[in-house]
Amino acid sequence: MLTEEIKSILPEGASFEEENPATISVPPTVWHTFARQLRDKAELHFDYLACLTGMDWGDALGIVCLLESTVHRHAIRVRIAAADRRNPELPSVYDVWKSADLNEREVFDFFGIHFINHPDMRRLFLRNDWVGYPLRKDYDAGDNNNPVRLESDETPDATFSFEEDSEGEIREKEHILFEEDEYVVNIGPQHPATHGVLRFRVALEGENVKKLDVYCGYIHRGIEKMCESLTYPQMLALTDRLDYLSAHQNRHALCLCIEEALGIEVPERAKYIRTIMDELNRISSHLLFWSALCMDLGALSAFFYGFRDREKVLDMLEATTGGRLIQNYNVIGGVAADIQPDLVRQIKEFLVYLPPMLKEYHQIFTGNIIARQRMQQIGVLSREAAISYGVTGPSGRASGWACDVRKKSPYGVYDKVEFKEIVHTEGDSFARYTVRIEELQESLRILEQLADNIPAGDFAVKAKPIVKLPEGAYYKSVEASRGEFGVYMESRGEKYPYRVKFRSPCLPLVSVVDLLARNNKIADLIAIGGTLDYVVPDIDR
Amino acid sequence: MFDFTVVTQWVDQFLRSFLPAEIAILAEFVLIGLCLLAGYALIALVLIYAERKICAFFQCRIGPDRVGPFGLMQSFADMIKMLIKELIDINHVDRFLFNLAPFVVIIASVLAFGCIPFAKGLQVLDFNVGIFFLIAVSSIGIVGILLAGWSSNNKYSLIGAMRSGAQMISYELSIGLSILTMVVFAGTMQLSILVENQADGWFIFRGHLPALIAFVVYLVAGTAETNRGPFDLPEADSELTAGYHTEYSGMHFGFFYLAEYLNMFIVASVASTLFLGGWMPLHVAGWEGFNRVMDHIPSVVWFFGKAAVVIFIIMWFKWTFPRLRIDQLLRLEWRYLLPLNLLNLLLMVVVVVFKLHF
Repeated sequence: MLTEEIKSILPEGASFEEENPATISVPPTVWHTFARQLRDKAELHFDYLACLTGMDWGDALGIVCLLESTVHRHAIRVRIAAADRRNPELPSVYDVWKSADLNEREVFDFFGIHFINHPDMRRLFLRNDWVGYPLRKDYDAGDNNNPVRLESDETPDATFSFEEDSEGEIREKEHILFEEDEYVVNIGPQHPATHGVLRFRVALEGENVKKLDVYCGYIHRGIEKMCESLTYPQMLALTDRLDYLSAHQNRHALCLCIEEALGIEVPERAKYIRTIMDELNRISSHLLFWSALCMDLGALSAFFYGFRDREKVLDMLEATTGGRLIQNYNVIGGVAADIQPDLVRQIKEFLVYLPPMLKEYHQIFTGNIIARQRMQQIGVLSREAAISYGVTGPSGRASGWACDVRKKSPYGVYDKVEFKEIVHTEGDSFARYTVRIEELQESLRILEQLADNIPAGDFAVKAKPIVKLPEGAYYKSVEASRGEFGVYMESRGEKYPYRVKFRSPCLPLVSVVDLLARNNKIADLIAIGGTLDYVVPDIDR
Repeated sequence: MFDFTVVTQWVDQFLRSFLPAEIAILAEFVLIGLCLLAGYALIALVLIYAERKICAFFQCRIGPDRVGPFGLMQSFADMIKMLIKELIDINHVDRFLFNLAPFVVIIASVLAFGCIPFAKGLQVLDFNVGIFFLIAVSSIGIVGILLAGWSSNNKYSLIGAMRSGAQMISYELSIGLSILTMVVFAGTMQLSILVENQADGWFIFRGHLPALIAFVVYLVAGTAETNRGPFDLPEADSELTAGYHTEYSGMHFGFFYLAEYLNMFIVASVASTLFLGGWMPLHVAGWEGFNRVMDHIPSVVWFFGKAAVVIFIIMWFKWTFPRLRIDQLLRLEWRYLLPLNLLNLLLMVVVVVFKLHF
């Protein structure tokens, strides 16, 4: 069905492989029109660009796009290779899927591919004076090119784009971001409300936000680049350090991806343990969200209540995994160690402990008139925008998009437990807040069903210390605390991956801040940031 | 009941006994000034300690407990730290105004502090428009805050100062009107007479409904006036880092900090003077025995006890509510408090004219 539909619009020069999922190779010249067709044709309706990965295949540079349809639930991969390696150019699909905006900037940053007609071709993560494109395979990582620079990086008020004029010539064009007489305030990189080292430049008019520009990369560690020189088991430790509040879930995704590629069947007990740990992680993350949001809105006492309760989750995680924030618990083939014998009892105690506390949260914060007025009708994200920008997770579900990976393509034992996918339709800050609070209850429900039923057996199958993934491309995603966390991996049959890309849930979240905060007050910007709940190391990777 | 005029007159006579009259008065000025400043600093330190302990208990914490028994010496230690800290020179600031601003703030609050009747006979400034003077001098503080924000050459500070200006000027109206309501009721502006008038019952009981409304409005506006949560927009730390005092360091920051706590004390003292009888014990007309027992409690205790209750309520606000947004804040004042206040004033006039009070 899908095959025929795609074949009917397949442009000239494109090739189609019927793997699972279907993979299409498209020449760059027709990519833009083809992209539009993929999105607009009712039978295909690929409205969600899940992941856009820059690639260096050796002979050519290009991108791989993972597309999904929110209606038909089917997925495809599209590969586009740029014609000229020395001067790679691809058409931008920024106007088709908004999530391409920051992703194409990232690809430009790391691979040097110019996206034609993209409105803003600045580097996203690296300094403006960075020499070379680090994720190209021929990149010289020596110290001579990019020594530690002691002067600060200038922030220009203008950006540039490459646009095609009527004669087909590519021209560089300058765009002004901030006029000279605008009152531009830096929020971050060191600021109490950015939840990390993130920087917004905000043009203000009185208290109103006129325009906002995001600057990422202050804690960019090049994890994707590092992965290329690490063996698969070594890579695992790095995923915990992306979104440290969903460390376990991130690692779960990577393990699933590797296990699928190797064809390892994970024991049932390990699946249960992984799922329980995922949910504990989600609870701790959402509790921290609640605390941090309350603090952002000025309710300081509430902050401590959240942390008091999160402590109990951290204790449980610590007892079993040895880590409180970062667990290093999942391994290829299962988990690193069996659960601590007391864990089930602790979970049961916690199941009794948390619900009254949630009631208290509602009393002190949810029901408060000030809190409500500061969140309701503020920062409304429509469903279309959420899908187009790829805003998944609780923030996406607050806009009415049922995007829970646990329901969409169950992993672990999510298909065996009963839970509700919380979806609200308002899309405002308050909806994002309520979704998370209600998800806490759902997580408790999942734990309740799992805690007593952990089957006996092995907690892991033995995997070799060095594994080689069969040649091919793999993508696997899980529902992390903040949305869909995906791992895209290409292997050439060696013990190191050829290319690893992490689809971070937080990058789309920051890309909508401008949209949501415009024409609102500065205080709303803080509330919007708080309810989107991004974690900066996950943006920067 | 012990009258502090005994002490003051004894000091006066003692000084005059060996000094010429002018010099004796000068010496008294100096003495009073020193006492005021010492009291000012002491009260601020006690308040800082109290706030830290109280908020700790609200937040399931213990609070300071290392320095001295129960951490009692913590704020003294902090004061010493603050005094010996460097005053960092900031480039590109308007140096004169930048250095002037904290003094303007602190002078305004010391002047207001001087008006307060702490106990029977223990009052520095007492004249026929005392409450009027108090409102006037306490508004000078806003100039200091605006200067601080303007001269810092920092965008956060400027936004903080502008917020502060809008907020304080708005809420000054409510404070003024609710005080005016009570002045209408009392028929005087002199603070000592205001307190004396409450000998047969505090104004909040005698003035019933309009006094109660005025009290609530005064508390809300007073909290806003002192820039404390939930009205702490000028220094909203999660939005503006520290607002108007972002660039200040050492004792200059300390002055803002002290002034904030002292302003809270002043608001609480005025509330207790106007509504809760100031240093006047709780008297119920007709209950002679009860009144006599109450009179045995020293007036200082009455005054500070009442102020402490009001301060606790203000702290309770801060540690419970989220912060308002600037438009909500102004809407609250102009759309709700101000009309309510005006109506209340009218109600009070009716009550007074037709003698509907107790």
